[in-house]
This record gives sequence, structure tokens and C-alpha cells, in this order.
Amino acid sequence: MPWTTLNNFLLLSLDPVIGAIAAGNTVVLKPSEIAPATSSMLAKLLEEYTDNSAIRVVEGAVAETSALLEQKWDKIFYTGSGRIGRIVMSAAAKHLTPVILELGGKCPAVVDIDVDLQVAVRRIIAGKWACCNGQACIAPDYLITTKAFAAKLIDALILELKVFFGDDPMESKDISRIVNLYHFTRLSKLIDDYKVSDKIVLGGQRNENQLKIAPTILLDVPEDSLIMEEEIFGPILPILTVENFEDSFAVINSRSKPLAAYLFTNNEELKKDFVKNISSGGMVINDTILHVTVSGLPFGGVGESGMGSYHGKFSFDSFSHKKAVLYRSFEGDSSTRYPPYTPGKLKLLKALISGNIFSIIRVLIGKSDD
Amino acid sequence: MDENEDQIFKALQQDLGKHPVEAYRDEIGVVKKSASYSLSCVGKWMAPTKGRIPLLFFPASGEVLPEPLGLALIFVSWNFPIVLALDPLIGAISAGNAVVLKPSELAPACSSFLANTIPLYLDSNAIKVVEGGTDIAEQLLQQKWDKIFFTGSQRVGKIVMSAAAKHLTPVTLELGGKCPIILDSLSNPSEIKVAAKRIAGAKWGPCSGQACIAIDYVLVEHKFASTLIEYLKKTINRFYGENPKTLKNLSKIINKHQFERLRNIIEDPAVAASVVHGGSLDEKNLIIEPTILLNPPLDSEIMTAEIFGPLLPIITLTNIQDSIEFINSRPKPLALYAFTKNGAFKQRILTETSSGSLTFNDAMPQFVCDSLPFGGVGQSGFGRYHGKYSFDTFSHEKAVLHRSFFLELEARYPPWNDFKLQFIRFAYKFDYLRLVLLLMSHKLKGIFTSGHQD
Repeated sequence: MPWTTLNNFLLLSLDPVIGAIAAGNTVVLKPSEIAPATSSMLAKLLEEYTDNSAIRVVEGAVAETSALLEQKWDKIFYTGSGRIGRIVMSAAAKHLTPVILELGGKCPAVVDIDVDLQVAVRRIIAGKWACCNGQACIAPDYLITTKAFAAKLIDALILELKVFFGDDPMESKDISRIVNLYHFTRLSKLIDDYKVSDKIVLGGQRNENQLKIAPTILLDVPEDSLIMEEEIFGPILPILTVENFEDSFAVINSRSKPLAAYLFTNNEELKKDFVKNISSGGMVINDTILHVTVSGLPFGGVGESGMGSYHGKFSFDSFSHKKAVLYRSFEGDSSTRYPPYTPGKLKLLKALISGNIFSIIRVLIGKSDD
Repeated sequence: MDENEDQIFKALQQDLGKHPVEAYRDEIGVVKKSASYSLSCVGKWMAPTKGRIPLLFFPASGEVLPEPLGLALIFVSWNFPIVLALDPLIGAISAGNAVVLKPSELAPACSSFLANTIPLYLDSNAIKVVEGGTDIAEQLLQQKWDKIFFTGSQRVGKIVMSAAAKHLTPVTLELGGKCPIILDSLSNPSEIKVAAKRIAGAKWGPCSGQACIAIDYVLVEHKFASTLIEYLKKTINRFYGENPKTLKNLSKIINKHQFERLRNIIEDPAVAASVVHGGSLDEKNLIIEPTILLNPPLDSEIMTAEIFGPLLPIITLTNIQDSIEFINSRPKPLALYAFTKNGAFKQRILTETSSGSLTFNDAMPQFVCDSLPFGGVGQSGFGRYHGKYSFDTFSHEKAVLHRSFFLELEARYPPWNDFKLQFIRFAYKFDYLRLVLLLMSHKLKGIFTSGHQD
């Protein structure tokens, strides 16, 4: 398995654990059963390197997860799909447990015509195919560009994909495979949907035995095709076209809020409008997925892409309770707070709230004017 | 708030029998202070904050931009029907959200005041008040919201969160719990007097104990109990009058149902036997006398459920240090109070207990400090508000990373090789010196292998 895939699973499991430990919590980590090799490696290594009385790994599938969810936790941190996210939050509600849900969504990337095309395309490929072959919650899900520019963009994508993965990407050792047969079948259905069968401009090759799907690009897929209705989470990249870039805002805003939104442009006005008009968990201008590595930025979703954030100090905060502590002394006790209540006390309270020192003095010396 | 002050006084008088001074101290004043504080700070809160970006990404800049979550639903509880409606509303508006406010039907005068008055002052397209009971609340919960802010009981809190889960809506739950007060054995009579006033003020003052941060019970050493009771009795007499038939300055119990609940608690024979002061009930006016109980059974309802009324159990311990264990064996409270002059003990309480808030040598004023987060932990809820925390509660912090097309890091891209793995290893350590050395050796190697770098 290329290391990027490995890196992905590691990142999602260990990064929240770092935050949880930093904030002083004990942790039960449940790795994904869909990546069994990584799961058992985590179980083994965490046992070897961390304090087992404080950090435990529980391996297992649905039955184990359900049993875990029935327990009372002080915090649940979940990375995965919206469907399971809802189950996790409902289970947490029974014990009033706060949750952080790191979900996904269809992350758009808008590509303007004035960009350094080679750089833009390489960065799109890095975020899409070079990052677990599109099986990442922040991978660009679909591109938006203008009708006129689409052909140039596709040519550039094809060219750079060749540089990265060779003439036959099915033979490349530099691209991750699809995690299992279930997802392979799901992705195949997206490509085989009759609404998009004539829209494929690159790729489409599949090998079920090796669970490989070649980088696949589709142009002008209809909005109601399967591929535009769910998060793709794989190596297929549809391109939507608009008349002008302002129209891309409506396309993005007509869907649920994504975990990340990307824009490639040199147009400062467009940058400003994009940041202002698009709501997403995170946003990168002129690159993809890099924000996930910046510990100075919170990483998390909004709306359907989740709630709560982590990374760096944000991880620490996510696993902490901010206790308000007020120190008072026995001196300076004001009778205004206490009964018996009098009109004078009401006047003084009003003056105190107004914060006007002169009104306070006037009330105190009994020369109130109201 | 200014133009309708008398109406608010009247509504609170009608629903809860709140004295105008109490109403101003606990509700009107808090809202006004909160509104002017938010108005003076909102510009600062809205401004994006810089996110530090590693040099590796140069040229790049990062910012965290707060943006409104969208449409928020606020559920108000009946005990502070004005401040618990308008204080969260201030946060929601300052963060730029549209809001539906659902007042409690159990405080009908305040509910209709809010429904009638808010549209006169605020944009009805953005802020709506929906009145009604459980059926309306259930219908509201079926809708998709971008945020639900709920003040109320744990039971309903669970229902709210379950409903929110269907739409992945983030929630803030402001619940309650049994808020203890640890009272160390004080020796200075003037300090005991101040402590007694503050305890009485924080038990019977805010809505007759019908407050989520009201003192629920007192923990003292055996030897100090009689002194405390004596001082508390004196304070009660001064604050509320000596004759239980003509009590003044006390809010009434919200309704018959709650009155009966409290009556049942106190009429449990084992509990009734522990009453050392008060205990008289005025069913007609729904007034319950400030009541002190000494060591009621720990397994009786008064010590297992949140009291939410004017009954104050005093639990005695051999050593006040044992209070920490006593508190930790129960669910985390919304507020913990401790009266002590012992620095080491303060430190122990601070680090060894967990509660929404912790106040030393006073009770209640933590609620009016804009700079302190207000919210629970564990069974007392999650999420926080007040001041900037309110703004944050109703905002999404959007991370924005700006990059330029200039400067490319080849190691990010396939085809993968050992050099790129090594490069990324150093990059994550931000080990720039080794990165440079690695790049130089790679370049040299490249020259000797006639430009074939991969």
C-alpha cells in the first residue's frame, strides 16, 4: 500500500488522540475495521508505546461500535459519514455527551481562467488522486469552471496525470487502491449511471480483482446524476461549467455546506466574494487540502459536513472544559443585592448597570433625578 | 428594555411574583449590560484572526473568519423568562444569525410580552417568536436548524439533542444539576455574616431557588452547622420577614405542579424530620417559606434530584476536606461554590473537582461576568455563552488559507520516491536546515545522473 493511504488512516486516528491526551483525557480509540491492517497495527503500537491504563484501542466492527456507543462517555469524536454521524449523535444524546463530528460532503474547487494552469492542475491532482485516490473527506469532489475554459483545463489535467502516474495509471504504484469491494461497486455505479455514460473524457478503466479505478474525469454531468447527489470519495472528478464565476456561488450554495471549498484565481475581487459568500468548514485559495496540515487553523465542518473543530490548540480546546473561576473576598459586600428590596436599591442598580459614575454617586448621596 | 420596563416588571410579577428589584437585578439589568457590551465589542469579535502558517508554505496567509451558522432556535426556560430569552438572542444576533425564539408556556405573561414586543423593535424577517407548549416545541424540533440553544432540564435536553442529531444540528445545552456550596468553618463573625447573606441571597434570592445556578445544598463540618443555621435564620428574618404568613421579597413557585413536587419532597417523613427552619407552605399564593434541613437522608429525593425550590439541605461532614469526595461521587454540577480562606484547600477544590463554573467566597455573580464563560459540563450541559462566548456559540469559525501560484514543492507530488518521503519527514518536523541539505544533495545527485531526478 502506498504510504499516503497509510498516512491518511494514521492521521485520522492519532491526531485526535494527541488532542485528547494533551487536554488530559483518557481515551478509547476505535479504528476503522475497513482498514484491518492499520487497525491491528494501531492496537499493537499504542499498547507498546502509551499508558494502557489511560489509552485503549478497541478493534471491531458494527457490534463492537454499537456496544461502545451505549456506554457513557464524556466526549465522542467521530470521523466518518453523515449517516453514521447521526447515529453517533443520537446515542450521545442519551447520556448528554458532547460530540465532535468530522464528516465530509462534496468539496468544490472553482478554477478561474487567469490561473497558472500547470500549478493549479498539479495542486488539484495532489488533493484528489495523490491523496488516498480521492478517498479523503477534503478531496476536491467536483470542479467548476467556465464552458470556454473547460477543454484547456481537461488537457492540462490529462498531461499532469501522465507525469504523476505514467501512461497507464492502472499500473502505477503511486496511486492508492479502493479500500474494499463495497466501495469499488459503489464507485462503479457512479460511472455506469446512464446519465453520465457519455460524459467521460478520461479514464473509466477498472480492475475489480485489484480494486483499482483509474483517474476518471467527466464533463458537464447533469445536476441530478448519482455522482452529483452523493459524496464521491473516490478517483472520479466531474467538472461542471458555468457562464461566469459568480454563478458558481449559486451552484455551491444550492448544496449542503462542504467541509472544504477551493478556489484557484488571481482575481482579488473573486477571492473576496468567494470567502464572503461561500460557507464551508475550511477554505483554501489557490491550493487544495493544505489547510489540514496547518495547526494554526481549526479543522472541522459546518452544517452537513460536521460540527466542532480540531488541530493544534483547537484539538486541546475540543477535549477540554473551560471552567469559569471567580475569586471573591469577604469584603466589599453591597446590600443592594439583598432583600428587603427598596426603591433606593432599584435606583442604585439602574445606575450601576448604566455604568455612569455620576449617576451612581447621585444615587448614593440621595440626589437621584429619576 | 427601557421603554417597556414597567411591562416587564408586571409580567414577571404575574408569572413568578418577582419583586421589581429582583427582576431588575436578575433579568433587565443583565440584558441591558449584555446588549451594550456586545454592541461595543461586536466589531472586534467579527474581525478575522490570523492563523500562523509554517514557513514551508511561503508565500501564504491564514485566517479564521467567524461566520453566522444560519438559522438558530432558542428554547427559553420559565424561571428567568426574560434574560434567558434575550441574553442568548443577543449572542445569536451579534453573530449574524436569524432566530426563532420559543419562550416557555409556563410563564405566559412573559411569553406574550416577548411575542408582542420583539416584533416592534427587531426585524421580523430575521427574528421570530413562536409561542406554545410541548406540541409546538415538538414541531419546531422536527425542522432543520443550524443551531439549537436550549435552557432547561436534562430530560428535555436529551430529547432536544436526539432531534438535533437527525439533522446534524449542533446544540448548546444549558442544564442544571445540584450545585453544592462548600462552607469552611469560618471564625470571624463578620465573615460568617457575609457568608450567610451570600448563601441566603443565592438560595432564596433568585426566583426562590428556582434557578439552575441556585445553591442546592451546603456542605459544612459538624461543629459549624449550628453556627451556620443560627446566622442563616437571622438573615432570612431580615430579608423575608419573620412571620411565615407575611413573607416579602420572595418569588412564588411557578405553578401547582412544581408546588406539589416540592411539597412531596418535604413531606417525606424522613425529610420532614430534618427540617430545622421554615417548612410552611402557602398553597393559595404558591409560596414556600425559606426552609433549612439538617442532614436529610442522602438517598431521599431532596438529595438525589435537583431541588429547584426554596429548600436548603445542610449536609455535615467530619472534615471539610471530605467535601471533594462527596462532590466527585455525584454528577458534575453547573456551579460549585466554596467559602474558605484556606489557600491550599482552594487549590484542591480548583484542581480536583469539575463543574461548569467555580466561585470562591460568593455565589451567583459569575452569571453576570461577561468575560467568564457560562455553561455546564457532563450532566449539567455543554457549550457556553455570555460575552464573546455567546458570539462564538452562534458562529462557525471558517479556516481560510491563501496561497499563491508562486513556488512549488515538488515533494508533494507523485511519482513517489525515497527523496520525497525524506523531504516530507523533515517538513513535518519543520527542520529547515536538513531540508536545505537534502535539497542540495538531491540537486547534486541530479547533476551527476544527467538530470534524471526521479
